[in-house]
Parts: sequence; structure tokens; C-alpha cells
Amino acid sequence: MPQTFAEKIFSRKAGRPVAAGEIVVLEPDRLLSHDNTAAIAATFGEFGLERIVDPDKAVIVLDHCVPAATEKYAQNHLEIRKFVEANDIEHFFDVGEGVCHQVFAEQGFALPGELVLGADSHTTTYGALGAFAAGIGRTEMAALYATGELWLRCPESLRLEVTGEFGADVYPKDLVLYIIGDQGADGALYRSVEFAGPTVAATSPSGRMTLCNMAAEMGAKNAYVAPDEKTRAFLAGRARRTFDEVLPDDGAAYERTLSYDVAGLEPRVACPHTVDNVVPVGEAAGTRVDQIVVGTCTNGRIDDLVVAANILRNRRVAPAVRVLVFPASRATYLEALGIGALATLAAAGCIIMNPGCGPCLGAHEGILAAGEVCLSTANRNFRGRMGSTEAEVYLCSPATAAASALHGRITDPRTVRA
Amino acid sequence: MIKGKVWKYGDDVNTDVIFPGRYTYTVTDPGEIASHALEDLDPAFAKNVKPGDVVVAGKNFGCGSSREQAALCLKYAGVAAVVAASFARIFFRNAINAGLPTVAAPEAIPHINAGDEITVDFQVGELTAADGSSYKFTALPPEVIGILEAGGLVPYVKKELANK
Ligand code: SF4
Repeated sequence: MPQTFAEKIFSRKAGRPVAAGEIVVLEPDRLLSHDNTAAIAATFGEFGLERIVDPDKAVIVLDHCVPAATEKYAQNHLEIRKFVEANDIEHFFDVGEGVCHQVFAEQGFALPGELVLGADSHTTTYGALGAFAAGIGRTEMAALYATGELWLRCPESLRLEVTGEFGADVYPKDLVLYIIGDQGADGALYRSVEFAGPTVAATSPSGRMTLCNMAAEMGAKNAYVAPDEKTRAFLAGRARRTFDEVLPDDGAAYERTLSYDVAGLEPRVACPHTVDNVVPVGEAAGTRVDQIVVGTCTNGRIDDLVVAANILRNRRVAPAVRVLVFPASRATYLEALGIGALATLAAAGCIIMNPGCGPCLGAHEGILAAGEVCLSTANRNFRGRMGSTEAEVYLCSPATAAASALHGRITDPRTVRA
Repeated sequence: MIKGKVWKYGDDVNTDVIFPGRYTYTVTDPGEIASHALEDLDPAFAKNVKPGDVVVAGKNFGCGSSREQAALCLKYAGVAAVVAASFARIFFRNAINAGLPTVAAPEAIPHINAGDEITVDFQVGELTAADGSSYKFTALPPEVIGILEAGGLVPYVKKELANK
């Protein structure tokens, strides 16, 4: 029987053919957690075990509230460091290394054909490099630390075939916002989403990460792009071990196959307060914004910062808007520093922040007051997510964010060419 | 089998309104977690919910973050089950692992109103609305029932470890 990517990975890990819908107990290859590791460690403590079963599988990145904003957050980080030491966890990335998903990928932990479970909903990101990667809860992570295995349901699969060439100032973020708007916040509920077609093949690993990251916003269990030359080039010198690429079979059973053509696609904006409330940028244009965020695991990579820098070069951001730039990792920060992108952004009036999640989840570094409006390159705009429940969050690409910075209003990037 | 009073909500109830992100890293006490349940959706809920009540909602309940407190806050508040047209997958998992039964019964939702008393029979896989109409739902697979019966993933793993 021809199999989808999800069925193939599940079958390989289970050692027998597994079809969509079956529940099996599997042993993942890598486990990711972040600032929530203290809570996971506390639950793990209830099992009365001395150490976690396989410390080499654990990857822990402090990113959600770094550096600690309050004593409570500081205490949380301290407990995580103690847990890391007690368990000899080698793959620990402390405050300042970046957003977990960027660090995980950059450090060569996300590999084709591997099964990654992460205590974070955007773990789906690693499918961009050919892994089966899904988010789980904290208790599940604690159980994995104790037993090394977990029940998983093999998901049905959705195939998204993308054709056409992106127009100027239109990016994978616009495509994925368009798809989410089209399919809805539950359009891919429980599904394995396979992105395919010539446009995806032509998209960089970074753009593929944006697609797979955002797939979580339509309910996907995981997302996937078939590994190719671009994947191998990204992994060269990074991969932590050799890997086996897993590709779906021709003729596999997809629940649905959807086709999208990006030719003529305009930049998109997700309006408050749901990610599927998507409009062409023209319909939101003119909306006054108080704060702009460029960064996060969705769009804080080097190409994103370069896009923003190119638009803002030798220009000034509007006086009434705060533009916060968060390179997604230390490596991204250094690269952006090296090529002058950070200097360009700072000269334009942006505030260059430390690598990390920043205000994305409303913990610190740019919280919104009642009535304020934020335009962000992140993946979520739920009510209250970035501060006041009376604040509004719009989502867009780095190009739209940078263009909007010039006017302090949502702006079509095609009207302010770099 | 449970019989409980209904709190009814709409589609796409997300984890930020079930348990706000501003508390995820700082609030750990079960009672305090319960006190923030559904805070940004229905401030009256946490104050008035009674043990054994049932939360009923539309499609995609629990979408958004992987935060487990979204399931725990309902469990700690005494909610006996969540009935929805469909569930976001991480919430579904978190609920099972917290020992909070979930029932996906899309046909039943339009026939249930806030304040109704409904009956859910997990063994048979049947939900009975206040107007007497009843709806079948797919019973959960045995692996999942095992976890619910143990009272959640933590007691389940403890049992497993003890048996090893
Ligand atoms: S950047 Fe935002 S979405 Fe990404 S891991 Fe951090 S909090 Fe989550």
C-alpha cells in the first residue's frame, strides 16, 4: 500500500505497517522543551525516578521570557538549570541563544526522517527539514522523560500543491496566511500537512520553516516538505547525525489534495483576533499601529531581517511607532550584525532586541496597553496574547511590517519599494 | 456516566481565553489555576462553576497553544467533561492526559443550551440532551480509556513504572 509521509514514519518507528487513524506507542528521536521545563521537571519528580531515561534526546532552550523579567521567571530558569545539571543534559541552550525552534533547526537537531516531539505547539516547524515533528503537552514530556515512549495517533494527511512564482514583495508568509484564511483555523485539524509542488521546491528552508510553523494555526499535527538539495545544503555541517530521508509514496491516500497558485497573490494580513481572519493588505491598509514586531520563530531569520533592512535603508520609521526587532537566534543576530542589517535597522529607528520570543506570548519586552494596535510577523493574534485584552494584533510578513513602520500605518510593501 | 449542568460556548474557543498566557509561567497552585479558568471568555465561569458541570462548545475547542493548564484549569474547576463539535489536537491530548474526558459529538451541539442538564454515558458512547434527544459518539480507543481510568497520564505512568 502506498503511504503518506505520516504513515511511513509511523510504520518505520512502529516496525509494522501503520495506517492513518491507528494509535501506536512510539519512541521519539528528540524531545524539545523551553521555559516550561521547570513545570515538566516538577511532574517528572512525581515519578520518583532518579534521572530521565535518555538525556541525549532532550534539547532544552530558554527563550520565552529571556532574560528573566521578574523574580518568578528567574526562579523558573534557575530550576531548569538545576534539572539540566542533575540529568547531565548536554543539549541545553541558556538565555540569549534564541527562539527554541530556530535554535533546534540551526543546531542540526531537526533531521529528515526523525520523530521529534516538542512541548510547544510550533514544533511543526521542523517538518520544513523533513522530520515528523509535533507538539505535545508538559505532562506528556514528563512521561517521555520517564518512559521514552508515548501514544500517538497516526494522522490523516492533507496535500497542498503550490504552483506559480511569488510576485515582488510577496513571501511564503503571505501564502500561508492566505491558505489559513481559506481553510480556517481548523482547516487541517489533526492532519499531517504536506506542502508540495514547484513553488515549495523553489522556496528556501527558511521560507519552508515559515510555512510549517504556521501550519499549527490551521490545527495541523505536523507539517512536511520533502527533503531535497536545499535541505541537504542547509544541513551540511549542521546535522547532528546521519539521516534517512523519508518521502511519501506516489499514489498515497490523501484525505484531500488542495491546489494553490501564488501568481497574482497579494501580501496578506491576519486581522484581530484570529489567525484565519485574513485579508489582502489593501483592506487593512491605513490602520494606525503603535508597535511593530519583526521576529519570532515564524519570521525572525536572516532573510526576514534583510527584507526589513532593505525597505528601511536610509529611511526613518514613523515617530509614533515602536519597531522592535528580535533576531530569532544568536547566529541570526551575528549574521545580521556582520552584513550591516542591524545597523541599517537601528539607524532607521528600530529597537534591536535580544534573541528570544520577545512579546510574542505577552510575557515581557513590548506588552500592549488597552486600545493599542500591534503589527507582528509572529504566528498568533489571539485576544490578550500580547498584553491587554483590549489591544489588537495584526499579523503579516517582514516586508509588510517594515513598510508599515515607515508610516505608522499598515502599508502595502509594494507601495514603498526598497 | 455523568450528569451535569451545561456551560455553553461557541466555535474556536482558544487556549488564551481558556487560560491566559500571562499566568502560564507564574501560577502553579491548582486552586489558583482553576480560578482563572475561561477568564478572558466568561469571567462568571470560574466564580460559579460547580463540580460535575459540563463545558459544551462548537468546533475546534482548545485551539492555539500547547499549554496544559487549558485542560487542567477545567479539571481543577471540577468540570466533569468537555463536549464539543471537535477538539484541537493538543487540547484533546492534554485533556486525556489530565483525566478530563472529552466527547466529540457535533450533531448534539445545536440541541444543547446553557444551563441544560445533559447525560453522557462513556461506556455506551451516548449523550442525552435536556430535550430527551440522544446522540451517539465514538467511544475512545482502549489506550486512551486506560489513561482516563487511571485518572490521567501521571497516575498511568506511575502504575506502568510500578509494574515494570
Ligand atoms: S516566538 Fe512566539 S510562537 Fe514562537 S516559540 Fe516563542 S512564543 Fe511560541
